[in-house]
Amino acid sequence: MKLLRIVPDDTKFDFMRFRRISFPISALLSIVAISLYFFHGLNFGIDFKGGTLMEVQSKADTADLAKMRSTLNGLGLGDVQLQQFGAPNDVLIRIAEQPGGDAAQQTAVGKVRSALGDDVTYRRVEVVGPRVSGELLSYGVIGLMSAILCILVYLWFRFEWQFALGAMIANVHDIVLTIGFMSVTQIDFDLTSIAALLTILGYSLNDTVVIYDRIREMLRRYKKLPMPDLLNASVNQTLSRSVITHVTVSLALLALLLFGGQAIHSFTATMMFGVVLVGTYTSVFIASPILIYLGVGTGRDSLSNPDNKP
Amino acid sequence: MLYFTRWRAAAILLTAFIVCLCAVPNFFPASMVDSWPKWAQRHVVLGLDLQGGSHILLEVDTSAVRKEKLETLRDDVRRVFRDARIGYTGLTVRGNSVEVKVRDGTNLTDARAKLQTLSTPVGGILGTTGQNSLDISDDGNGLFRLAVTEPAIVERVRQAVEQSIQIIERRVNELGTVEPLIQRQGTDRVLVQVPGLQDPTRLKELLGKTAKLDFRLVDLSMPAEQAQQTRPPPDSEILLSAASPKQPYLIEKRVMVSGGDLTDAQPGFDQRTSEPIVSFRFNTAGARKFAQVTQENVGKPFAIVLDNEVISAPVIREPILGGSGQISGSFTVQGANDLAILLRAGALPAPLTIIEERTVGPGLGADSIAKGKISSYVGAAMVIVFMLVTYGLFGLFANIAVAINVAMIFGVLSLLNATLTLPGIAGIVLTVGIAVDSNVLIYERIREEVRGGRSPINAIDAGFSRALATILDSNITTFIAAAVLFYIGTGPVRGFAVTLGIGILTTVFTAFTLTRLIVATWVRWRRPQRVPI
Repeated sequence: MKLLRIVPDDTKFDFMRFRRISFPISALLSIVAISLYFFHGLNFGIDFKGGTLMEVQSKADTADLAKMRSTLNGLGLGDVQLQQFGAPNDVLIRIAEQPGGDAAQQTAVGKVRSALGDDVTYRRVEVVGPRVSGELLSYGVIGLMSAILCILVYLWFRFEWQFALGAMIANVHDIVLTIGFMSVTQIDFDLTSIAALLTILGYSLNDTVVIYDRIREMLRRYKKLPMPDLLNASVNQTLSRSVITHVTVSLALLALLLFGGQAIHSFTATMMFGVVLVGTYTSVFIASPILIYLGVGTGRDSLSNPDNKP
Repeated sequence: MLYFTRWRAAAILLTAFIVCLCAVPNFFPASMVDSWPKWAQRHVVLGLDLQGGSHILLEVDTSAVRKEKLETLRDDVRRVFRDARIGYTGLTVRGNSVEVKVRDGTNLTDARAKLQTLSTPVGGILGTTGQNSLDISDDGNGLFRLAVTEPAIVERVRQAVEQSIQIIERRVNELGTVEPLIQRQGTDRVLVQVPGLQDPTRLKELLGKTAKLDFRLVDLSMPAEQAQQTRPPPDSEILLSAASPKQPYLIEKRVMVSGGDLTDAQPGFDQRTSEPIVSFRFNTAGARKFAQVTQENVGKPFAIVLDNEVISAPVIREPILGGSGQISGSFTVQGANDLAILLRAGALPAPLTIIEERTVGPGLGADSIAKGKISSYVGAAMVIVFMLVTYGLFGLFANIAVAINVAMIFGVLSLLNATLTLPGIAGIVLTVGIAVDSNVLIYERIREEVRGGRSPINAIDAGFSRALATILDSNITTFIAAAVLFYIGTGPVRGFAVTLGIGILTTVFTAFTLTRLIVATWVRWRRPQRVPI
C-alpha cells in the first residue's frame, strides 16, 4: 500500500540560510506587535475589564438589534455594545463596568432585565465586578510569566543554557506575535485567551524541544560539522515528524474552529494562529539559528562548507 | 524495548482496561447509576457551561465585621464597668479601637484589670495562636484604649465566613434546587454554584439581605422630623421605613429582643385584613424578654427593624406573654415568604456582596454539549483518516492507542469526579492531536533507522528507545503550562487545564506502554521482513 508522504525522505533544504532574513523580519514583527498592543490595544473581555456580558435570544426569528440598542442606551448605563452572535436571533450585549463597585453591576443587570422584559430568553449572563476583574488580570499575567520561568528552569536542566535561552526567546516571540494577532483582529481577550496563550507556549516548546533533542544528538555525533550544516541536518531530519504533527493538530483545531461554535471561537482561532503559523516558523527559523548566535558549537567552522562530509 | 514479559503485558492491559472501565458510568442515565454501589458511581461532573446553572461569588464585608466587633467591645466595656461600679465618661469607638476615660480617683490598676478580662486568647483552627484579642494601652491619666488585634479580626472573619456558609446553605436549600455547591474561597469569599438554576434573581435577593431583625422601642422624646433636622438624642438614631414613601422614625439604639432568638417564622395571612404577614415564635429566652418589654411598655410603639429599616412600628396594646406574634408591613405574598425564609435561616453575620456572577441557561448548555460532541467526532475522524493514510497499519495501531488514550482520560476524569467544561472538551480534542505526536515521533524514528540500514526489528526497537526520551521532554513542557493554568484559572479555564494535564499523563503512559505493546505483539506474531511504514 502506497502511503502518503507529505515530506519526502532525505530533504536537504538549507533553512539556516534564511536566518539573515528571518531574524530582522521577526524583530520587526515583534515591534509591530508590541506597538499594536500599546496603541491599538486588545479587546479586553469582561474577565479583565469588569462589566456585564449577556447572551440573549430574542423570541422572534431575527433580533431587532436597532430597537434593543436604543432601549438599552436609554438606560444610562454608559457604554453598551450589541452584536449578533451566531444565530440571527442571538445577541451579545456588553455593558461596561459601572461605577459604584460590585453592587452597581447588579443594579445594571436588573435594569437591563426589566427593559428587555419578556421578549428575550437569557442564554448566558456573566457579571464581573471590579475586584475580581483586577485579580483575574494579575493572575493571568503572573501565570504567563511563571509558566515561562518554570519552563526556562526545566530546559536549563535538560539542555545547556544556550538552548534554554534560545527556546525562551523563540517562544516569547511566539506569544508576542500572537498578542499582535489578537490586537489586529480585536478578538475577545478573556480568560480563555490566556488559556490559549499558555497552550501555544507549551505546544511551541514541545516543537522546539524535539528539534533541540535532535541537535543535541547531532552535536555529540558529529564533532566537526559546521553549525549551519548541523542545524540544517537536524531540521531536515525532523521535518517529516514536524509537518505530520502540525497537520494532525491543525486538523483537530480545524474541527473545533468549524464546529465548536461561538462560545470557544476566540480560543480556537487564537490557538490556530499560534500553533500553525508561528509554531512552525519559529522552531525552524528562530529557535534553531539562534543557537549559532548564542555560541553553541564554537570551535567548529561557522561557515557552511557543503563539501565537508560528516 | 520490544520485549514484554507476560506479567508486564497483562499489567499494562489490565491498568488500561480498569481505567477505561471507570468511564463507563458516564454513559448510563443518572437514574440507573444511582442504583449501583457507591464505588461504581464516580462520574464526570458537567461544568455549569454545559449543564446550565448559576455561579455566584460572594464576598463577606470585612469592614462590617470589624465595626461589629468594635461595637460589641464597646457594649462589653460598658457592662464590665457598670458591674464593677467604675464610673466613666466618653466611651466611644474611635478608628480601630474603643476609648474610655475613667473618672478621676478611680483605681487605675483595678480598672485595667477589669478591662483585661475582656481580652481572650485568639484560637485558630489548630488551637490558640498565642495571641490575645485585645491590645490595651493607657495614657496614665485614665484614658484607656482597647484595640482589637489583627489575629482577632482574622479569626472573627473566618468565623463569619463559616457562619455565612451555613446560613447560605439554609437559604439556598429553601429554593429546592439540585445539590448546590457552597464552598469557601480564600479568606473572605464564598462560592455558590447551583446547577440548573437559570434565573438567579431570587437567589441573589435571598443572599443579598443580611436579614438582621431587631425589636426596638420607638423614642418618643421628640418627633422624628425634628430629630432629622437637628440631632437625634445620643442613644437613638433615625431609621427610615422599608416601604415607600420613606418615613423617618426615631428609634432607640438598644436592642430589646433580637431576631437571633426566633425559633420559627412562617408566612401567612392576617386574619382580619387578609394581608400577607409573617408569624413568628421566640425561644424561651426571647419569649421572656419579649414579655418583659411588652409588659413595661404598653401603649408605646414597638419598632420591628429589618436590616436598619423599619418594617412596622405597631403600638403595644397588651403584654405578649406567649412569645409569638406577627409582622405585617405591606408585604407581597412572595415578600412574606422570602422574609420567613430569611428569618428561619438566620441573619448573616456580615453583609455579602456579589463580586462575580456567571449564569448559563440550559439552551446554551445543551448547545455547547452538542457542538462539543460534533467537533470531537469530526476532529477524531480527520485525524484517524490522516494517520491511516500516512502510516497504514502502524497508523491503525496509533489510532487504537489514541482511542484507548481518550477513554482513559474519561476514566481518570470520572475517578476524580472532575468537572468537564466546553474548553475541557477542546482540551481533549487538542490532546488527540498531541497524542498522535508521540506516535509520529516513534514512527519517524523507526523509518530513519530503517533508512540507516537496520533490520526491521532493530529499527523498531531503536525507534522506540530513541523517541521516548524526546516524548517525555516535550510533553513535560506542555504539562507545566497546564499546571500553571490550573493554578491561576477558574471555572471553564480550569476545566481545560485539567483535561489537558490528564491528557498529557495518559498520552505518555500509552506511548510508553500500549503503543509499544501493540507493535511488539504484532512483530512477534508477524516476524516482518520489512517495516511497513
